Amino acid sequence: MPESLTRAVRWDTVVGALLVLVLLLSFTTVDGFGNALNLSFLIGNTLPIALIALPMTLLVVSGEIDLSVASTAGLSGAVMGALWNQGMTIETIIPVCLLIGVVCGLINGLLVTRLGLPSLAVTIGTLAAYRGIAQIVLGSDAVTDFPAPYLDFAAGRIGDTFVPYAFLPFLVLLAIAVVALHATPFGRSLFAIGASEEAARFAGLRVRRQKLILFTLTGLMSALTGVFWALHYASARYDNATGLELSVVAAVLLGGIDFDGGKGTLGGAIAGVFLLGALQNVMSLQDVSAQSQIVVTGVLLVLSVLGPRVARQIAVARAGRRAAAPPPASKAPTPTP
Amino acid sequence: MTHPSDTGPAPVLALKDISKSFGAVRALRDVSLELFPGEVHALAGENGAGKSTLIKTLAGVHRPDAGQVLLDGAPVVFHGPGDARDAGIAVIYQEPTLFPDLSIAENIFMGRQPRRALGRIDHRATHHATAALMRRLGVELDPDRPARGLSIADQQIVEIAKALSFDARVLIMDEPTAALTGSEVARLFGVVRTLREQGAAVLFISHRLEEIFEICGRVTTLRDGARISSEPLDGMTEDDLVRRMVGRDLDELYPKQDVKPGGIALSVRRLTREGVFTDVSFDVRRGEIVGLAGLVGAGRTEVARAVFGIDRWDAGEVEVDGRKLSNGAPSTAMAAGLALVPEDRRAQGLVMDMSIERNIGLTGLRTTRKAGLMDRGAERSRSLDWAVRLQVKYARIADTVNTLSGGNQQKVVLAKWLATGPKVLIVDEPTRGIDVGTKAEVHRLLSQLAADGVAVLMISSDLPEILGMADRVLVMHEGRLTAEIPRTDATEETVMAAATGRTAA
Repeated sequence: MPESLTRAVRWDTVVGALLVLVLLLSFTTVDGFGNALNLSFLIGNTLPIALIALPMTLLVVSGEIDLSVASTAGLSGAVMGALWNQGMTIETIIPVCLLIGVVCGLINGLLVTRLGLPSLAVTIGTLAAYRGIAQIVLGSDAVTDFPAPYLDFAAGRIGDTFVPYAFLPFLVLLAIAVVALHATPFGRSLFAIGASEEAARFAGLRVRRQKLILFTLTGLMSALTGVFWALHYASARYDNATGLELSVVAAVLLGGIDFDGGKGTLGGAIAGVFLLGALQNVMSLQDVSAQSQIVVTGVLLVLSVLGPRVARQIAVARAGRRAAAPPPASKAPTPTP
Repeated sequence: MTHPSDTGPAPVLALKDISKSFGAVRALRDVSLELFPGEVHALAGENGAGKSTLIKTLAGVHRPDAGQVLLDGAPVVFHGPGDARDAGIAVIYQEPTLFPDLSIAENIFMGRQPRRALGRIDHRATHHATAALMRRLGVELDPDRPARGLSIADQQIVEIAKALSFDARVLIMDEPTAALTGSEVARLFGVVRTLREQGAAVLFISHRLEEIFEICGRVTTLRDGARISSEPLDGMTEDDLVRRMVGRDLDELYPKQDVKPGGIALSVRRLTREGVFTDVSFDVRRGEIVGLAGLVGAGRTEVARAVFGIDRWDAGEVEVDGRKLSNGAPSTAMAAGLALVPEDRRAQGLVMDMSIERNIGLTGLRTTRKAGLMDRGAERSRSLDWAVRLQVKYARIADTVNTLSGGNQQKVVLAKWLATGPKVLIVDEPTRGIDVGTKAEVHRLLSQLAADGVAVLMISSDLPEILGMADRVLVMHEGRLTAEIPRTDATEETVMAAATGRTAA
């Protein structure tokens, strides 16, 4: 396995082990955690983060970020509610919402790739703009009377198991994302772009096109998440999913995706997502207030940026001692060509 | 002064039987070196010979495993770079790190500015102290101008001034000229001569042999971590020096084969990028090596970037093998059979954090795939094949390229592009900063490629390289092609005349 991967895998393993540890502890010490109904809630409530984390992982690997995802989801939900109030059928509404997500993503992507603006700044701007549009579209209404089969699918679970219906399509999307990132030339090019955009360009990779594709996919998945959110909670409001971008970014970074791009695995990112989801579930069971939960998310975000770096430094130090033959100083560490 | 004898002045700084190992690698083996006041001493050796380790030992970065460092004849132990600096030893690196928004004076006295009452910085005293240093170096630089926009040579002069402000008696210059143009080198050398006359000891490292002969009095040669010789340069030839460095006769540095050129492979017509280059037209035929010479900033690299599609052009057209290239599209240029080995291998040629295998693989993402997925086996065998053909020295193909020496990194860049089977190869400064042995290998490779029918366009600031390798020399001056000189007429004089715009050759 290539060096770049083995190093990231070590952090993946840490997060995976942490997830197992949190689950084991919760099973044994937290009342009401281990039953199938609660676990299905845990998964269902984590799905919005998980869905957006898929394209976000690809985006961060390529060295970009999208903070407007929660607003896009909110806009998608608001449009859904407004059109439903107009009497449109849900089968027409959902494609329209997804299309709006595509447009939101395209706008982000074009601003970043054509005008060369930093994605952090662009998507902070559209974070505000898309949320504002959502409020204009729906006002302070809450639309709740969506058709029962859709609500049941989004909130229900398979029999008495802990598996929500919606988890199955997510697994399909996850598989597609894993293959796309780790087994296709497209995914390979994202790692190169994230590690060195200039070198990627000089290798003939279509940097701007790949990024535009990623932003558009992110918009699409955010809109899908908005639809799922409105159905899952049986409530379409303009402020749906507010602050979700923080959870998504925290989870992805916690999973070992390097904020500077070029490093990480999707498995790690998803482990990070469910670690965050499990913690949030446990805190809710323990009656920890929503505000305190946000504090925990924030602290995790900081730790997640710190953790992989520390792990990598330890790994490098260990490799140096184990090999007992680092390249002589005259060759490697300082660039003296 | 430059030939100290036993009865002459004592060495200001000396290394005695120094050894240093990193793990199993013995970077230095019983190396001795003496630096006398008033001499410029060259340190020569291929990449990996131990030069950097030796410099770092002198500068207090590394502590030797065995042996002594002697300062004015007395053994000293440096516990860190600060100790070495306090002892009067300063290192000037290839790329100075100044604060661009601060003035020259502020850069020199950063952190230890002369103070007035209440701890306020005494700008006037700082200014005068800086002006005095500049006078001592014999250069005219305004102490109050910001560092931003200074040429690299002037930035190095500021670093030297800073070293002098610490009362440095020993200056170690680690490849100071690698990024300099001819006139900048002359300016820097003027300062070095001044320092020598004032009694400083200078240790000078450069891959450019002619510079060693120009400025240095003695040379110490390292090979595989051991000292081969320390001797005066008087009476030595470049060949003598190369032989000591590589330990064998260099077959030939410029092994140019005679090839009868074929059809036109690259055709550039009236190419213009406004404000950068204008109306550039030329052809490169199959089997031909065409040199593109000119001063730094003449627009050579910019033409190459536009041809390959990194930058857009405003007018003109480019054909590869009869196919017109799209403007600003490297991927179509690649598909047409064009390859570009860029000037800056660390930023442009390679993804430094990626493995050798994957770096070579980046140009093959279109071919090493099966049913839309990566074919890892095909990628590995393609990369291994080219790494072996180019004799890249590595431990494992999955190692990241930043573990390789400069010369081997350059071979990986070449491997990456040769693996695409290019019809036209543009190489920009193909041997900059790599050692003599690897340089000869790269030249042999280019010559062989041309013999195999590849059209090669070689941009180089290394005039002997251009003269030694090119069938034809194109010369650019201020964004225009000013001359085309056939191999038989190409001399340093004719090329430099065209490059500086002195004649309309």
